[in-house]
Amino acid sequence: MPDGLPTEIDLSRPSAARVYDYFLGGAHNFDIDRQLAEQIAAMTPNLPATMRAGREFLRRAVRVLLDAGVDQFLDIGSGIPTVGNVHEVAQAANPKARVIYVDIDPVAVAHSRELLAGNELTGVIHADLREPGRILAEARRLALLDFDRPLGILLAGVVHFVPDTYRPADILATLRAAAAPGSHLVISHSTFEDQPQEMLDAQRLSARTATEISLRSRAEITGFFGDWTILDPGVVHMELWRPDSPSEVAADAQRFGAFGGVARNDRPAD
Amino acid sequence: MAGADAAGEYAVDRAGAQRYAAEWARAVRRLGFVPLSPAETEQLLLTHTLRLADALVGDEAVAPVAQAVGRALVEANLTDPAVIEWSVRAFADRLPAQVLGSRVVGEQVGRGGRAGFGERIAAAQGGLAAGFARALRDRTFEHQERIARSVWQARDTVEQALRDSEARFRAVFRGAAIGIGIADVDGTIIDVNQSFADMLGYPIEEMRQLNVGSLFHPDDAPGMEQLYRELVEGKQESVRVEKRYYRKDGSAVWTDVAASLIRHDDGRPRFTVAVVEDITERYELQRRLRFQALHDPLTDLPNRTLFFETLGRLLGSSGRVGLCFLDLDGFKAINDSLGHDLGDRLLVTIARRLAGCVAEQGYLVARMGGDEFVILVDGDAGVDGVIAVAETALAAVSAPVFVDEQQLIVSASIGIVDSEHVGTSAADLMKAADTTLYWAKAQGRGRWAVYDPERTARDIARSALVAELPLALDRGEFVLHYQPIVSLLDGRMLAVEALVRWQHPQLGLIGPDHFIGLAEETGLIVRLGEWVLRQACQDAQCWHAEFPDARLVVSVNLAARQADAPAIVDTVANALAATGLPAELLQLELTESAVMGSAGEPLRTLHRLSALGVRLAVDDFGTGYSNLAYLRRLPITCLKLAAPFVEGIRGDEPEAADHRDERIVDALVRLAHALELWVTAEGVETEAQAERLRALRCDTAQGRLFGPPAPADTIRTRLAGG
Repeated sequence: MPDGLPTEIDLSRPSAARVYDYFLGGAHNFDIDRQLAEQIAAMTPNLPATMRAGREFLRRAVRVLLDAGVDQFLDIGSGIPTVGNVHEVAQAANPKARVIYVDIDPVAVAHSRELLAGNELTGVIHADLREPGRILAEARRLALLDFDRPLGILLAGVVHFVPDTYRPADILATLRAAAAPGSHLVISHSTFEDQPQEMLDAQRLSARTATEISLRSRAEITGFFGDWTILDPGVVHMELWRPDSPSEVAADAQRFGAFGGVARNDRPAD
Repeated sequence: MAGADAAGEYAVDRAGAQRYAAEWARAVRRLGFVPLSPAETEQLLLTHTLRLADALVGDEAVAPVAQAVGRALVEANLTDPAVIEWSVRAFADRLPAQVLGSRVVGEQVGRGGRAGFGERIAAAQGGLAAGFARALRDRTFEHQERIARSVWQARDTVEQALRDSEARFRAVFRGAAIGIGIADVDGTIIDVNQSFADMLGYPIEEMRQLNVGSLFHPDDAPGMEQLYRELVEGKQESVRVEKRYYRKDGSAVWTDVAASLIRHDDGRPRFTVAVVEDITERYELQRRLRFQALHDPLTDLPNRTLFFETLGRLLGSSGRVGLCFLDLDGFKAINDSLGHDLGDRLLVTIARRLAGCVAEQGYLVARMGGDEFVILVDGDAGVDGVIAVAETALAAVSAPVFVDEQQLIVSASIGIVDSEHVGTSAADLMKAADTTLYWAKAQGRGRWAVYDPERTARDIARSALVAELPLALDRGEFVLHYQPIVSLLDGRMLAVEALVRWQHPQLGLIGPDHFIGLAEETGLIVRLGEWVLRQACQDAQCWHAEFPDARLVVSVNLAARQADAPAIVDTVANALAATGLPAELLQLELTESAVMGSAGEPLRTLHRLSALGVRLAVDDFGTGYSNLAYLRRLPITCLKLAAPFVEGIRGDEPEAADHRDERIVDALVRLAHALELWVTAEGVETEAQAERLRALRCDTAQGRLFGPPAPADTIRTRLAGG
């Protein structure tokens, strides 16, 4: 058993992955998850919409990466990838696209394995973002991704589960260092900026799942991209990041308490 | 309206369908998550709009088509209840008017024979809802089943991993070469591995019934139980100690124990885990090495190192320390005559006795090397206490020793030092002990001596002079004074005795009593004597040159060692030759023992000296043992009577003692005259003494009455003055 990963499946506690699934309309969840989801939704009516917006942002970002020629993805914190998952989005555009899903939740991992059984171009890793070295080693062991070619590293709604004590900036640096020139990094991350009090209160509720959420500033989130080139329009409220149709963007895009951004590794090849 | 024309009596408005689909798409995107882009959503819903519209105006049953569309909505993840609500309502409210047009709708409603249009709408609504509901129910079942299955799989995975991990750890636990034990916080041993059980000589099962507390060794370092308590109370996370365990058979095993605390999830102490290594051999080796480093291999007594460590510690604390520094008398002779092996065995016996005789008091006995031992008397024994220890030790040593069926009687000497008398440094103490041992040795065998700082000061002064003597000669610090020897008949000065003085740069003028002995001991007397002789001859020659009629003789003392030296004749001849002094103006004074000591060489030497023409006198006559028959054959010209005889003659109040001394002097003078020798009386201080000596027909005299020793110039003045 890898250190730091759960050694028992405790269904008496809600799971972030299953709560998220519920917000996306899935039924891969239990009463305990739905209770928490309803509680959160009652306190912050925007939250379900935020989660959906996060999923939309991921879809748009993956499409942008595909257009840039990226055909392999490392999706860390993938949760239960039922609807709008990365391999479907990617393989719809490029049938040869490869995806590795990484999650800390053993149930989500088991679920992913079942869902992806028979899909030769996908892989699943049970690992913790706080151990990026292990993630990279396992990913290399699967021999699915070519680390010498551009890679899409996806961190959708997961870095905010890593408190500062675990030095998330160092974790990001480790991941960036493993990626070849031309690689892209996609991050969406909850923030306290522009947020009403109830959003901040909801953060405490999330502590009932495995991990508490650390809300961070735009500057901190921007810092996670390191020296990579941040693509337009920068680190912005997720809905504002390259919307499909500008008319769909609500005037109060900041109601979704999370920023999204994409950066590219423009470092010359070694 | 091409569609409408083709169908004859009804038509589908494509543009209307497009508008309807766009509205529908906006609604579903607002109401729930759609994993498609807006354009894709709209395209999907346009397809469904057209299917529904076609079915509605066609002749076939509309419900199955509507059911299919309802199912398709779910499959596209448009699952929010609000989606179906909007869809069902809009189907009746807006679709006919927007997609089919109002004319068609009016006609359809007015037609008879077939089911009415309103009924078709209702059937389609029902089908849409039913299809959606059935699909959603199926999907929910499927999701629930899959997530449940995932949970079980995850559990299996975790449990398998745990089983694998458990199997690995159990294998490590079982197979570890190091001992591992797990105990409750109340000390109950839960499990131990084979290595631990073997280490303590128990079967595993039996050890599981023991308590950690029962394994504590009574000689464990103090505080070890305290450490254990702190560990189980959670005040320490881990402890590492070296401790002894009792084996089941009662023997002890030394171990290196690393114990750590395992806590419950909520932090309460749960188990202690001890990892135990058997270090008995290493410990024994260390102990032996330490013992060897601090003990003498022959006798097993503490060695110098341990002695100085202990002494240093005692001197560092308050309180007094006494030392008995013991050295066997004549051990070298025993070693040389009986062999080193026997000598060693003697030392072992002596060491055992010394250790035994102070064992009760617990004093440390150390072997300093060779046949030297030290007893360290700590505490407030005082000098008397230390002396008592020394006497006990001497008694212990003096009992006969049987080695190899030989009986040896040995003795020892002891130097005693008490820290009160000396500074507090170990080096000072040992130096004092060494000095004191030397004094004890000098007194004879089997003695002890107590350190005396004043005596040491004297010794130090003496040894300082010894060290300076040779330099003093080179630097010309010696001077000669001359004491007149006068005729008792006419008071004329016939001779002077040369007496050496040391003009010391710091101490001033030092008399011969303080350094002649030292010069004799060190052998410097030969060089010093040579200088004296040369200087005296030179001074005498000066007087002779200036006052030839005075015929003043210079009398020089020859030390026994000088007289024994074969070169003395040459030395004297050279002095005479170098200075030009006539030989008959030089008199050499020898002691009785130098003259009488032996036959052979000295006698020949005396004859050769005499042959040079110099006069020979016997100094301090009457204090030694003179062979009168022998004396008769010697080339002697003069006897000098020792001062004590002269002292006894007071002259003014004739008492018994006076008479006796006077009779001795009378006899000696008669004897000398019988041997045809001159007689000189020394130490004459009063006119009365001079008068009596004159009456006894003593020839010459010297002493304060006739002038104290004085520099050469004074003699010259006296010669000049007549």
